Amino acid sequence: MTSPLLLLGDEAIARGAIDAGISGCYAYPGTPSTEILEFIQGWQAKHGDILHSEWSANEKTAMEEALGMSYAGRRVLVCMKHVGLNVAADGFMNAAVTGVNGGLVIVVADDPSMHSSQNEQDSRYYAKFALVPCLEPANQQEAYEITRLGFELSERLNVPVMLRLTTRLAHSRANVRTAAPLPQRPVQMPDNARRFVLLPGIARRNYAALVARQPEMIRAAAESPFNALLPGADRTLGILAAGIGFNYLNESFGGPCPHPVLKLSQYPLPPELLKSFLESCDEVLVLEDGYPLLEEALHGPAGLNPRIHGRIDGRLPRTGELTPEHVAKALGRTLPPSAEPSPLLRQRPPRMCDGCPHIDAYKALLEALAETGPGHVFADIGCYTLGALPPFEAINSCVDMGASISMAKGAADAGFLPAVAVIGDSTFTHSGLTPLLDAVYADSPITVFILDNGTTGMTGGQTSLATGRLEQVCAGLGVAPEHIRTITPLPKQHAENVRVLKEEIYGHAGLSVIIARRECIQTARLKTPGRKT
Amino acid sequence: MKKIDLVLGGVGGQGILTIAGVIAQTALRAGLNVKQSEVHGMAQRGGAVEAHLRLSPETVWSDLVPTGTAAVVCGMEPMEALRQRHYLAPGGCLVASTDPIPSGADYPPVADLIAELRKTPDAVLLPAAEMARIAGNARAANMVLLGAVAARLKLPEATVRAVIADLFKSKGDDVVEANLKAFAAGQDAASY
Ligand SMILES: Cc1ncc(C[n+]2csc(CCOP(=O)(O)OP(=O)(O)O)c2C)c(N)n1
Repeated sequence: MTSPLLLLGDEAIARGAIDAGISGCYAYPGTPSTEILEFIQGWQAKHGDILHSEWSANEKTAMEEALGMSYAGRRVLVCMKHVGLNVAADGFMNAAVTGVNGGLVIVVADDPSMHSSQNEQDSRYYAKFALVPCLEPANQQEAYEITRLGFELSERLNVPVMLRLTTRLAHSRANVRTAAPLPQRPVQMPDNARRFVLLPGIARRNYAALVARQPEMIRAAAESPFNALLPGADRTLGILAAGIGFNYLNESFGGPCPHPVLKLSQYPLPPELLKSFLESCDEVLVLEDGYPLLEEALHGPAGLNPRIHGRIDGRLPRTGELTPEHVAKALGRTLPPSAEPSPLLRQRPPRMCDGCPHIDAYKALLEALAETGPGHVFADIGCYTLGALPPFEAINSCVDMGASISMAKGAADAGFLPAVAVIGDSTFTHSGLTPLLDAVYADSPITVFILDNGTTGMTGGQTSLATGRLEQVCAGLGVAPEHIRTITPLPKQHAENVRVLKEEIYGHAGLSVIIARRECIQTARLKTPGRKT
Repeated sequence: MKKIDLVLGGVGGQGILTIAGVIAQTALRAGLNVKQSEVHGMAQRGGAVEAHLRLSPETVWSDLVPTGTAAVVCGMEPMEALRQRHYLAPGGCLVASTDPIPSGADYPPVADLIAELRKTPDAVLLPAAEMARIAGNARAANMVLLGAVAARLKLPEATVRAVIADLFKSKGDDVVEANLKAFAAGQDAASY
């Protein structure tokens, strides 16, 4: 007998996609989406190489590679965190216009409360923007099942389909029952390959066809097994529960909800459905884990409707993820008594590991820049962002992947010198190559400090695409070879490292790249033979 | 097994997910529904982490345990136990290691933390690292705490032991044995 599977929401999606017969999964790591491709890689290791499952350079290349696989007639999954969709947005928006051949599902994992992110943008707006269906499972079992539905919808409606989830579901395990797997589809040309050529004449036709398919998408949502109108006798309140909001609702009542409930996991919604629900109840509470998208739609353009409650009128907090406590309170339920926070509590933010190479890199950089003082370091996203915290306080920006180099160049263009960019190796291959090319072209007087720990550390040690080749990559882009320096961030190399940094920061009026190379202490530890826990 | 809610706290890298995983597998083998909410990502780099575990013969709705409802709160570190204390139901049991991992220069004296933890009437406070070392593996402090939690929750002992054995099988018999001994030490310490 096979025991039931205990899968993360992410893993349920991965398994759902495998069982839906995908031929590939493309992704760039990003919390909380990383475990999807990791699960597929683990599956491959056990069951043989049956599909493509390598990390891509970034979300944009992942999105486009997936579209290529769809063009070739095969089912394909692409996964990213919410801010990754900003990077992939060009491909995403235009894939809605080309349409698909093999089913294409884009999983986007949002991070309300910003547990590991720079913002809490809600990807459902992107689905609406691109005029494509969006699926939002309420639990792990639905995550498994809705993934297969996503591929069917994608092929039936000839559009990419978004599957949106939030951190809590992505990183929570539950029992999942699987269904019989489907075989992969054969390679097959699209019936009309010209629809992938988005010349204005063709794009206009495609776009009109996309708009014309909207009623069909709405009908699919109306008939979706994942949307449901659940009757309730007490119509003084109706509850609109999207995604995991449905779980907190049921938790609050600890049994059947006495009010009518509209459970929503598939968009675009029929406007009449929302309207009739609003008309059937005295008041409506909207539970959604993200921005108040549905709530805004209910209010409409005429200003706030006092019968509608949620994040906009303050019944629920405007920011952050939903919690069982917030939902219970919004429903007027009394919470059980619980201990007050102790005055002995102290914050414990994350920090760089003992022995981390970034620590030695920052020590050298801080000393090299001592004569200038703080304020001149544009950094990026990764473990090294923790260098913003004490005791280092070594960096002055962290905005979006790659922005260190471009912001340093912009500051230098403004006459703000020295300007140093600090960027990790994986972030560099994700989005650092193109701004470096800008800097090469202008011979910008900036110093780019690449912290090469040979891995994508922050997200758990995934492949970094230019490991062992960073010098060649920089030289290939046109950085002068004599200003591509490599140092080893180790305590015993400190004086030497400070000297090299100073030479390039103060002694060279053009572009320099300094690569600080030492393996991530976590990946190094995993490789130590005989390690026991 | 009946419905159980449990919250674990610790410092990223300490292994609270191993404790959660063993209990979840045990529940699964007993035919229960499980939800296990974990922290992945940034906080795992030495920050405060928590895991919520819910077991029930019925449907489990929320992935998070509501505050004031957990049967057990288990902390791998005294201040991290304190950080999760508000999840504990009245009359619930607080299990914690007394081994501190200072969060910074302003980390309070351990004795103060322990005194604060003792304000919970049912508090099982254990020198988990030392107990694990005596059991034969200094890294098995989480198994000591698991033992205490299992004793308080009356988890089916044979199943828990089988899950632990499966978990460490690939690391050799001596590792399995040390972990089982650490588990038993925690069980003994928490038994009435
Ligand atoms: C567009 C985008 N994609 C993914 C992420 C998630 N993410 C944050 S840091 C990071 C890895 C950085 O790796 P690297 O630059 O090598 O630095 P390290 O963590 O190894 O120090 C990733 C993938 C993000 N924040 N933004």
